[in-house]
Amino acid sequence: MSARPDGNARTLPLTTRMSIFLRLLAVQGAWNYETLVGNGIGFCVEPALRRLPGGLDGDAYRSALARESQYFNAHPYLTSVAVGALARAELDGEDPERIERFRTALCGPLGALGDRLVWATFLPLCSFAALAAFGAGASPLVTVMTFLGLYNAGHLGLRVWGLRVGWRKGLAVAQSLGHPMLQQAPVHLGRLAAALAGLALPIAIHRIIGSGHVLLGGTLAGVLAGAIVLTSLHGRAEGWKVSVGILTAFALYSVIR
Amino acid sequence: MSGADIIILSLLGGVLGLDTVSFPQAMLSRPIVGATLAGAILGDAGAGLLVGATLELFAVDTLPFGASRYPEWGSAAVIGGALFTRAGTFDAGRLTTTVLGALAIAWIGGWSMVQVRRLNARWARSRHDAVARGTRRTVIGLQMAGLGADFVRGIVLTALGLVVLQPLQVAALERWDAGAPLSRAMVVGAAGAVSLGAAWKLFHAVPGFNWQFLLGLAVGLGLVAVS
Repeated sequence: MSARPDGNARTLPLTTRMSIFLRLLAVQGAWNYETLVGNGIGFCVEPALRRLPGGLDGDAYRSALARESQYFNAHPYLTSVAVGALARAELDGEDPERIERFRTALCGPLGALGDRLVWATFLPLCSFAALAAFGAGASPLVTVMTFLGLYNAGHLGLRVWGLRVGWRKGLAVAQSLGHPMLQQAPVHLGRLAAALAGLALPIAIHRIIGSGHVLLGGTLAGVLAGAIVLTSLHGRAEGWKVSVGILTAFALYSVIR
Repeated sequence: MSGADIIILSLLGGVLGLDTVSFPQAMLSRPIVGATLAGAILGDAGAGLLVGATLELFAVDTLPFGASRYPEWGSAAVIGGALFTRAGTFDAGRLTTTVLGALAIAWIGGWSMVQVRRLNARWARSRHDAVARGTRRTVIGLQMAGLGADFVRGIVLTALGLVVLQPLQVAALERWDAGAPLSRAMVVGAAGAVSLGAAWKLFHAVPGFNWQFLLGLAVGLGLVAVS
């Protein structure tokens, strides 16, 4: 976090960077339906703002903290991009109106990219990888570490990358979000997740059932039929809620009869 | 379950409930992790993992997109792991009742997260002027208050869930009539169907989805056949 786009050096002390990074892990701590993650952005940028002229008691600090604590929305992991870029813009003394326009413009791309890359692709991929490990007979420790190790390598890596690129690029950070690797990653990860889903489902179900092949065959046929019914609902009902209804009826039948 | 067990598990529920959204969102709250931890605390990590894997099949269908309301798996996973481990003397119905209890808590947990978000909004509204003046203590205070409220929410939900659901589960299992294989097949079939439906919903637009899925499925079925 030292190079400027124009080549001039500006660095943040390691303690400030560490403080910002740790706060990023709690960026959604005050999430609410009015300012969304806005207060969290102010909370995360705050250690950098202390370096503005006048320090904690200066007008520059107060104005910047007020500006950064207003409404903001983004994927939580990619708020690191915004925090890095906004810290840079504030310390570079950019025009406040320009910073506010930049803040507004950043919300959509950071939300869409993060939802597609992390929630809709990487998290399910890690779930299926852990289920595959479980189905292959892995111990509890290995299964849990498979999931946490894989997921957090991506999670923490994305946060670190976001903070670095945000700080380095400042208000020009939008170009970095269009990097082909970021744009193509969901497709490649999605293919891998599809293969892992196919692998994990039969072996995980086999381990949970833990008995003969006839019961497993019947269960897998039921899984396929159930999935066809659920997908044919086209989102009109959530699968897990439908399952709760079916399982409740089965439990009542089994207890009351 | 002893009072000490309930206290320890409730604290774990608080930590994992906090992880769901507020801090650090490292997915410690996923069922395959949380239920295994709860099982380990009660002396049987393997039992926790088994119910955690079953709940994970459901969880693939519920992703934490922004402002939407979704199940809170952290507290639910702890309760699932604890109920399944403690019901070890029963075979039939053990997994079904555990999964139903955990899903109910996940749903209530999602509702309770909405209440915490509304509380955060009330606090933010009442301190709007101080935030607009750039008051450091207010910005940090709002963040800490939100984190604290979410932590307490997870603790209370887990404690109440354990106290209410464990006797209910024992009462249900004492009257359970369906056989163990059928009971287990029902819940795993439902979980698998939800998971497969979620995989199709998430990835069917990815080029090559069908072939990748079928390739994985062939390997998986092959492994089952030779096991």
